[in-house]
Amino acid sequence: MAKITIDGKEFDVDPKLTVIQAAEQNGIEIPHFCWHSKLSVSGNCRMCLVEVEKMPKLAISCATQVTEGMVVKTQSDRVLQARKAVMEFLLINHPLDCPICDEAGECKLQDYSYKHSIGYSRFDENKVHKPKRVELGPNVMLDVERCIMCSRCIRFSDEIAHQPVLTFTQRGTHVVLTTFPGTKLDNPYAMNVIELCPVGALTSRDFRFRSRVWEMSSTESICIGCSRGCNTYAWVRQNEVLRLTPRLNEGVNSYWMCDAGRLNTFKFVNSKDRLNGPLVRKDNELVEVGWDEAIARVVSELKGFKKSEIAGIGSPFATNEDNYVFQKVMREVLGTKNVDFVSHIQEGDEDDFLIRSDKTPNSTGARIAGVRPGEGGLDVTKIISGIVDGTIKALYVLEDDIAQDPGFAAALENLQLLVVHSPVLNKTAEAADVVLSCSTYAEKNGTFTNFLGHTQRIRPAVATQEQDRARDGFAMSRWDKFASQNDRWGRPIKKDARPSWRILTALANAMGAKLRYASSEDVFKEMSERIGTLRGMTYLRLGSLGQKVTEVEKLTPQAISA
Amino acid sequence: MGHNGKMIRKKDLTFLQKSYIPEILKGMRQTIAEMFKPKFTFRYPEERFRPNPSFRGRPVLVQENEVERCVACGLCSRVCPALAIEVQASETELEKERYPIKFEINMVRCIFCGFCEEVCPEEAIVMSNEYELVFSSQEEALFGKDRLLKSAEELKPRLEFLRLNR
Ligand code: SF4
Ligand code: SF4
Ligand code: SF4
Ligand code: SF4
Repeated sequence: MAKITIDGKEFDVDPKLTVIQAAEQNGIEIPHFCWHSKLSVSGNCRMCLVEVEKMPKLAISCATQVTEGMVVKTQSDRVLQARKAVMEFLLINHPLDCPICDEAGECKLQDYSYKHSIGYSRFDENKVHKPKRVELGPNVMLDVERCIMCSRCIRFSDEIAHQPVLTFTQRGTHVVLTTFPGTKLDNPYAMNVIELCPVGALTSRDFRFRSRVWEMSSTESICIGCSRGCNTYAWVRQNEVLRLTPRLNEGVNSYWMCDAGRLNTFKFVNSKDRLNGPLVRKDNELVEVGWDEAIARVVSELKGFKKSEIAGIGSPFATNEDNYVFQKVMREVLGTKNVDFVSHIQEGDEDDFLIRSDKTPNSTGARIAGVRPGEGGLDVTKIISGIVDGTIKALYVLEDDIAQDPGFAAALENLQLLVVHSPVLNKTAEAADVVLSCSTYAEKNGTFTNFLGHTQRIRPAVATQEQDRARDGFAMSRWDKFASQNDRWGRPIKKDARPSWRILTALANAMGAKLRYASSEDVFKEMSERIGTLRGMTYLRLGSLGQKVTEVEKLTPQAISA
Repeated sequence: MGHNGKMIRKKDLTFLQKSYIPEILKGMRQTIAEMFKPKFTFRYPEERFRPNPSFRGRPVLVQENEVERCVACGLCSRVCPALAIEVQASETELEKERYPIKFEINMVRCIFCGFCEEVCPEEAIVMSNEYELVFSSQEEALFGKDRLLKSAEELKPRLEFLRLNR
């Protein structure tokens, strides 16, 4: 350990650290643009200059290693003066684009202009003009004028995404960021450069001009694109998810997420195909009915089958709580042992960074929750053959479009009763007798368990008809707080949907059971009491970053069913 | 009034005071004198008040060469203390890159403070000289681009006033 003094306070730090790291660990912020804890040190922005006693000149703290007895000043007059000078140079050719720049509101250059610059420009000459609206790749847009040449994006592409296609050309004020001829920034992690870029030079083509950042609320969530379960923020305006951004969690995804997860996992939440309330088949047509009628219909139809004629398909897309209540209702209320779920593995679509071939967030969780055949019960393959040979007559499906599977697609029409939980009218729902419109992951509380056993919470970001942002403790933007019925923006579209655990609880109680869950937290509490691997977990303990279940290695399908 | 509801007088009025005649004469004198002074009132609606450029009437959007100056930055919307303005941006081929595909002012919310005009980086929203605002429903009070756009020509006095008083 090395003893160093920063701004008059003494710290014991690891001698391998640089000054900026030592300061960060001890809660002292040194302003910086080009340094990033996950990238190599480049030392080109000069914003992190500090004064070190016995050194003749100011030193860049990102590339100065701590030594025993070092005395660092981050707030001396010389340092403050240097910061102002660096800011002034950075702003000389920077365009006055903030009004049309998507970064505005979360821009480091804007923030530092308030904190560390002189507040006006002494530069009267014409600014250097450079290319704008350059498509760097399918998902990333570049505005070269806004670039401050920090090289973060270049280092990310080289060191983390392993697709070294970005580089600088020209010199001095004429530096231009560009891709090598004939290449595009199109690696699966390309969009991470958007958050890495400290300014609005790199922006999302998908989110382009959709909203100003201060108009949205952000809610901690989890990506459902694969079994990694990257931590995200869901950004919502007028009850609509407009973008997902990665959220730091060193145990799961660090600062990153993949483009597919970022772009493809939220649009269905606001899609036009969303169901608005349950559907029931009448005269061969699916018609909208109320919840009571739909549940009464399921109850009366289910009563017509023997226990062994019923099967249940759980879901690796559903939360642990939904799957737990599902298997409990199947086993204890309907009395069937034929419970399993369908895997969604895309062989080959996997790498050694984040992306997993299991394209669901929760296979491990579904197994832990008990969605697996009981003693002598049927698994997925046997359920399909059971439907085909007529021994299985009624099927209850939780949040999964099983008709995508050719085996099920051919078998479904043999069924006498098909009940489906689905947020949208997909192929399985189209074939169903009763469709119960369930909430998406963006509308409910719950937990997912990723392939490493990391159990993490999701929180509602979008309100359904029965929810109210203020009453139910949602994240609220200023617009949410002051909305009234007289504003068009105060009347966002809300769907009539309910979380699956609640639909199942209502169904079970209508059949005479006495389930007493008032919230998903109640369900999780029961799970943590009854399931060994979850012992000791509570929503409070899971917090923002989640916890690993105990004895992960015992979580193979065989070990769990044993 | 006293605490038990009876009128309290310091002393009884004189005969002249009781007759009201001196007070009536005083009033008549004021009326007749006013008849020969210049008028400040208008015979509305036949005659209308034409405010000078410093007046803050309803906010409007400046249109120049057939397009709005607005770049849909949303600053007016953010600064508006009454949350009267809703802006939705979209992309345009023009140099300004973005424009408001939707711009709506809820004239029931607007308090005519002029903050939007002050904050706008493009001089794209200004307070006009229009003060006649009548609605028969809340919906009617939501002014879209169709009712907000005014040519820069028409708004010249206000734009010049703003430039002089920056
Ligand atoms: S990068 Fe930042 S400072 Fe530059 S125009 Fe965009 S918001 Fe403004
Ligand atoms: S585009 Fe952004 S991240 Fe890349 S060098 Fe320029 S400022 Fe840095
Ligand atoms: S790696 Fe998986 S969990 Fe992470 S963002 Fe991509 S799809 Fe989502
Ligand atoms: S401040 Fe001006 S440019 Fe920005 S949205 Fe309002 S009117 Fe448009």
